[in-house]
Amino acid sequence: MDSLPFHGRVGIVTGGSRGIGGAISSLLAKEGGTVAILGLPEDRARAQHLASRLNGAAPRLHFYETDVGIYERCREAVAAVLEEHGRIDFLVNNAGITRDHTVRKMTIDEWEAVLQVNLSGPFFMIKAVLDAMLERGYGRIVNISSVVGVSGNFGQANYAAAKAGLIGLTKTVAREVAKRGITVNAVAPGFIDTDMTKSMPVQAIESAIAQTPEQRLGKPDEVAQLVRFLLDDKAGYITGAVYNINGGWYM
Amino acid sequence: MFEGRVALVTGGTRGIGAAITQALVESGASVAAGYSRGRESAETFARQMSQKGAAVSIHQGRVDDVVDCNRVVKEVMDRFGRIDYLINNAGITVDKTVRKMTVDDWRQVLDVNLSGAFQMTKAVLEHMIERGSGRIINISSVIGETGNVGQANYAASKAGLFGFTKSLALEMAQRGITVNCVAPGFVATEMVAAIPEAALSKVVEKIPQRRLGRPEEVARVVRFLLEDDSSYITGAVYSINGGLDM
Ligand SMILES: NC(=O)c1ccc[n+]([C@@H]2O[C@H](COP(=O)([O-])OP(=O)(O)OC[C@H]3O[C@@H](n4cnc5c(N)ncnc54)[C@H](OP(=O)(O)O)[C@@H]3O)[C@@H](O)[C@H]2O)c1
Ligand SMILES: NC(=O)c1ccc[n+]([C@@H]2O[C@H](COP(=O)([O-])OP(=O)(O)OC[C@H]3O[C@@H](n4cnc5c(N)ncnc54)[C@H](O)[C@@H]3O)[C@@H](O)[C@H]2O)c1
Repeated sequence: MDSLPFHGRVGIVTGGSRGIGGAISSLLAKEGGTVAILGLPEDRARAQHLASRLNGAAPRLHFYETDVGIYERCREAVAAVLEEHGRIDFLVNNAGITRDHTVRKMTIDEWEAVLQVNLSGPFFMIKAVLDAMLERGYGRIVNISSVVGVSGNFGQANYAAAKAGLIGLTKTVAREVAKRGITVNAVAPGFIDTDMTKSMPVQAIESAIAQTPEQRLGKPDEVAQLVRFLLDDKAGYITGAVYNINGGWYM
Repeated sequence: MFEGRVALVTGGTRGIGAAITQALVESGASVAAGYSRGRESAETFARQMSQKGAAVSIHQGRVDDVVDCNRVVKEVMDRFGRIDYLINNAGITVDKTVRKMTVDDWRQVLDVNLSGAFQMTKAVLEHMIERGSGRIINISSVIGETGNVGQANYAASKAGLFGFTKSLALEMAQRGITVNCVAPGFVATEMVAAIPEAALSKVVEKIPQRRLGRPEEVARVVRFLLEDDSSYITGAVYSINGGLDM
């Protein structure tokens, strides 16, 4: 098997400096890909730290300060990646936030903030990269949704709505570009051990683990392997699919 | 990647099953491939595989016959000493609208596609539980999700596999055994070659990518799910259908 299957490939991972996104960008860079990490100002140092642990692959990680909730910023970042690296083979829409409250207590701002980043962000990014992919007749897009987008979850009306919406976006774009060499899929993780889950109250994590048939949290690397599988050239017949990885939490 | 591992693939000498056998062999596994009727072609296939330097054995047996299931598993255990992966791939179609479908047509398809998977699983399960590890993949179908005119029996058997997969996944979640379904769309094998050409071109028109899948493309998904790193994936249905059913 080729040890650097992503050699010569260029792609974008939003929120790719830590957590699940960090695992995805490291894996792709290790396999030879050039990865543009899009993130907030505070992600710059994290991206550098990530690169520092990659030795030979470090020069293949590049950071672009970008708030994916703003279309203009997405367009600028994509233009910069194209100018500096010449092509975009894959896009992983991973950046995401939570603002948890029950609907009774959820503010309109909390609702809008989560939809802006988790749902409009992927739409903006897809819109920004699509012409370049269509021109070459090749592309791989993976959207990181969540088990919660299918199951719903107490206190996460905004997050669940955004993640369910992302599945609708995935399937629609998959149909629109099906004949053009571009696949669009969603990965729906269960509870994964990252800063996002670390910020949950201990009790909530414990109950999430208890409710997971495998009785553990997933690891970012496990999700990264699945994303990488879908980004492969040979995954061309998989499109419009939602792949769960959740230790049995939701079937 | 799978050096020292042993896979049992039912219907593993033709079509999608043959592609799975080949993908696993190329990844270093020893593979026991089941067949029911085509001895000669199974032998030819096994010879081809052996030329790749891998250990491939073929085993005659009907998955709808519980005696055969137990015998085949015993043969594989005797030969390789272990079974790490079971791929329930053997499947048939007997297409008719419900009005014309006989009880026999119904039963035959359920016996092979659904009860066959159950019986094969029963035959390997204790061994996997004892070792505290294993992977079971059931090859379902897009038809199990969508239904199809003339395929009530097939659709019921393939939808049944979803329920079987998820229940078993829950039962095995803390025993190191994952259980998943792969649901292919229309794949270029003899099963699809049996569809009249006019009907097939109508099918292809409905596939957003406007083409049939290749057996190797399905085999890739199976291989991925068998990897050690895929242990957090269980009770899942992984579709591969060119966008046919989203
Ligand atoms: N082709 C498709 O478009 C498609 C789409 C979705 C799902 N699938 C599923 O994928 C699986 C493989 O399909 P395929 O297209 O590769 O079919 P295929 O080319 O017709 O092969 C069927 C295989 O099943 C074996 N088999 C049939 N009856 C059996 C029995 N009673 N006991 C043991 N083995 C038996 C056959 O072995 P012998 O020849 O020795 O009898 C053969 O190896 C099936 O479960 C099918 O439902 C296929
Ligand atoms: N951790 C889990 O249990 C879990 C489960 C299911 C789905 N997910 C999803 O996986 C993805 C990654 O989650 P994680 O756990 O790694 O989260 P994380 O909080 O560890 O990382 C998220 C990253 O996205 C970045 N980001 C946030 N808003 C941004 C914006 N507007 N523009 C650009 N970047 C922004 C953050 O700075 C951070 O680097 C998210 O979409 C999340 O919803 C996570």
